[in-house]
Amino acid sequence: MSGEPKPASPGTDPAEAAPSDADTATTDTTDSDTTEVAPPDADTGETETAESATAAAHTAETAAPAADETDATEPADDGTGEIETGADAVVCALENAGVEHLFGVQGGAIMPVYDALYHSEMAHVTMAHEQGAAHAADAYGVVSGAPGVCMATSGPGATNLVTGLADANMDSDPVVALTGQVPTDFVGSDAFQETDTIGVTGPVTKANFFADDADDVGTDVGTAFALAAGGRQGPTLVDLPKDVTNGDASEDPGEPRTPSTHDPPETAAPDAVAAAAAVLAAADRPVILAGGGVVKADATATLRAFATEHGIPVVTTMPAVGAFREDHDLALEMAGMHGTGYANMAVTMTDCLLAVGTRFDDRLTGGVETFAPDAAIVHVDIDPAEISKNVEADHPLVGDAGAVLDQLAAAMATSPDAAAWREQCRQWKQEYPLEYAAPADEPVKPQYVVEAVDDATADDTIVTTGVGQHQMWACQYWTYTEPRTWVSSHGLGTMGYGVPAAIGARLAAEDDQDVVCFDGDGSFLMTCQELSVAVRENVDVTVVVLNNAAIGMVRQWQDAFFGERHMASEYPWVPDFDTLAEAFGARGFRIERYEEVEAVLDEALSYDGPSVVDAHIDPDENVYPMVPSGGDNGLFALAEEQL
Amino acid sequence: MSRNLDRRRDGLAGPEPGERDRPVGRRNADGIRVDPDVEVEHDPRRTIISAYVRDEPGVLAGVSGLFHRRQFNIESLTVGPTQNEGYSRITLVVEEPDPGIDQAKKQLGKLLPVVHVRELDADPVARELVILKVNGEAPDEVHAITEMYDGETLDAGPETITVRITGDEGKIDDAIDAYGQFGIREIARTGQAALARGAAETARVDESHT
Repeated sequence: MSGEPKPASPGTDPAEAAPSDADTATTDTTDSDTTEVAPPDADTGETETAESATAAAHTAETAAPAADETDATEPADDGTGEIETGADAVVCALENAGVEHLFGVQGGAIMPVYDALYHSEMAHVTMAHEQGAAHAADAYGVVSGAPGVCMATSGPGATNLVTGLADANMDSDPVVALTGQVPTDFVGSDAFQETDTIGVTGPVTKANFFADDADDVGTDVGTAFALAAGGRQGPTLVDLPKDVTNGDASEDPGEPRTPSTHDPPETAAPDAVAAAAAVLAAADRPVILAGGGVVKADATATLRAFATEHGIPVVTTMPAVGAFREDHDLALEMAGMHGTGYANMAVTMTDCLLAVGTRFDDRLTGGVETFAPDAAIVHVDIDPAEISKNVEADHPLVGDAGAVLDQLAAAMATSPDAAAWREQCRQWKQEYPLEYAAPADEPVKPQYVVEAVDDATADDTIVTTGVGQHQMWACQYWTYTEPRTWVSSHGLGTMGYGVPAAIGARLAAEDDQDVVCFDGDGSFLMTCQELSVAVRENVDVTVVVLNNAAIGMVRQWQDAFFGERHMASEYPWVPDFDTLAEAFGARGFRIERYEEVEAVLDEALSYDGPSVVDAHIDPDENVYPMVPSGGDNGLFALAEEQL
Repeated sequence: MSRNLDRRRDGLAGPEPGERDRPVGRRNADGIRVDPDVEVEHDPRRTIISAYVRDEPGVLAGVSGLFHRRQFNIESLTVGPTQNEGYSRITLVVEEPDPGIDQAKKQLGKLLPVVHVRELDADPVARELVILKVNGEAPDEVHAITEMYDGETLDAGPETITVRITGDEGKIDDAIDAYGQFGIREIARTGQAALARGAAETARVDESHT
């Protein structure tokens, strides 16, 4: 690498990028080539010159003065780690928050912050695309419990984060996003790479902040961090104008602090707890519905103790997969659209549903008219706005999942008399086993591959997924026994989540934990470029592509609801993913027959580095049981003809 | 390949939908458990929600975006400074069934700059101001109407007369009806500003937010 900025090659010219090739254009416009070749400690003026040259050459004239002005006000920051600029304060705030890893993509407006990172102990992982940075940070947050941090420049960098932020927002995953912004004086002028990031991200973040003062920017970042981590977790964003990060600052921003208007309750009102406990203790057919909030609150041990103490069967939502070990006698696993038959029978027939940390998503409830219609509902949630939003709560208990479960445990005078009900649940487990036919002369069943990976790995192995049929099979046929081992895109349903999430999960996981990504061919093609990051950073993940050469879930719906008209859901051709992996520098494997499965998985899992298994599965396999959208959970279909 | 192939499973099994146990209860479309024989519908009602907020850039956009995003039906929105520097009051007139009003209050409360949210009682002190521009052919009759509604003539010319009326929502609606006979050219209404009646606080304002 030369120290001189490279002249813009045709590939770096946004004007010459193919109009249809949005990803390429976007990556190029973040000036990553320009920034890569400049040593971080070099006179930043050189880089700025290159940037302004690019801007002047390829974009509106208004762009050049923005960069020029920044040049003129460039502070004499020697990047030694002392707080001299707003950017130093940003970095200091992250360090104060205990951040160890950052995921991001460089670019013009965020450069001062990157420069301030030069001497930091925090490790930055340059992702291939900002969406990958957001998903990696999200998964990092899910696995570690503390906010994952992603960074992007202004304009396309920030907008590329949006999908990942929306994903984190739907799943209440803790994420802090830092975005560069054009200098304050240029905000509103449609400057080069300007986007109203605050406006764009407002609806998909828990809170966002426009930093307008170098003296306060570190505090803003600390506040964003505290808000992402506290109460109902979620993504937050701080938009960082370049003049603010370049501006003079000297104060250590201190520890992250939550603003005074944000005051999530810890425990629920004691009389409400007593009333709820009485109803639960008197129930004949009680069920605990554990939601993602149980995992977020680190309350899985409390949940297990409560359920086993009182003999109450446990159903989970998808984000809560792993919150209650699925091989337990009381475990009914996931309810909802593709939940187990026994979970859906239990939530339909229960007379008292203790729902903890769930927002009653429509994929869980089906039609609310038929959701747990006999049940008194005890709803524990830290967000009062979730109470009676979708399903009316008879006993709302607002507070932290673990704290309120402790309160309930103390208030339960007796256990419900539910022996017959438990026997009924056991019978449903016998009646509706999750099974699949696997004739040896047919293509490999995806469920078989999932079970084989589960058998070949330890219990604490982390599974990430994309979105679609493969996600449901990975959820149904893997036996989850520990929290924070199921890392998926639940509420937003973001295809492409799996590979970048695996990278984030790997960096948050214990060293001896395996990380496996189940992906579909469609999902994999959306973010497989992040393999380059896994190879570069030597991130040991195993990606298993359940390849049916189709957007399988869409095709399944077309079969069921659209007269088998397979519009835009089948690929007449897909790449050889094993060869593609090798081109990225990862190991590639291929499975086409049952007799290959174990040996290939063994090799892929034992390889010390990223590997991809292209598993060619039965293209005709569909996901069942299934409750159609808005349907009655108790009428789940075991096959298409029952829909 | 021992695992599943040897067990010769035939795929998913179990009683079909029509053969299963069924619950006796039901809920309505709002997720409220109801008597299976009675349909409960919540009628929308009009109410005033008052929010005491930190006066930050984007707070109004945040509130209006929230109402749009979550499809709350909003009749009017006013905003203005309070006696405490750096804090504003937003007054919203909302027409929603009870669950919607409840959600609107809770979602408002989650916005960071919002210090406190309260739904005002049925009889708040509420006023609205309207400026009307009517055709000026009958100045005496226009003036009479303005007097009747305790209004004020702000501008009068050969072609148009512009008046101001202040009052509760019903009075404003009546006045607009009354001016209709002259031909109304333009209307600007402020939306309602409101406080709780008597000594009742409209919003809880503790010392950290003054």
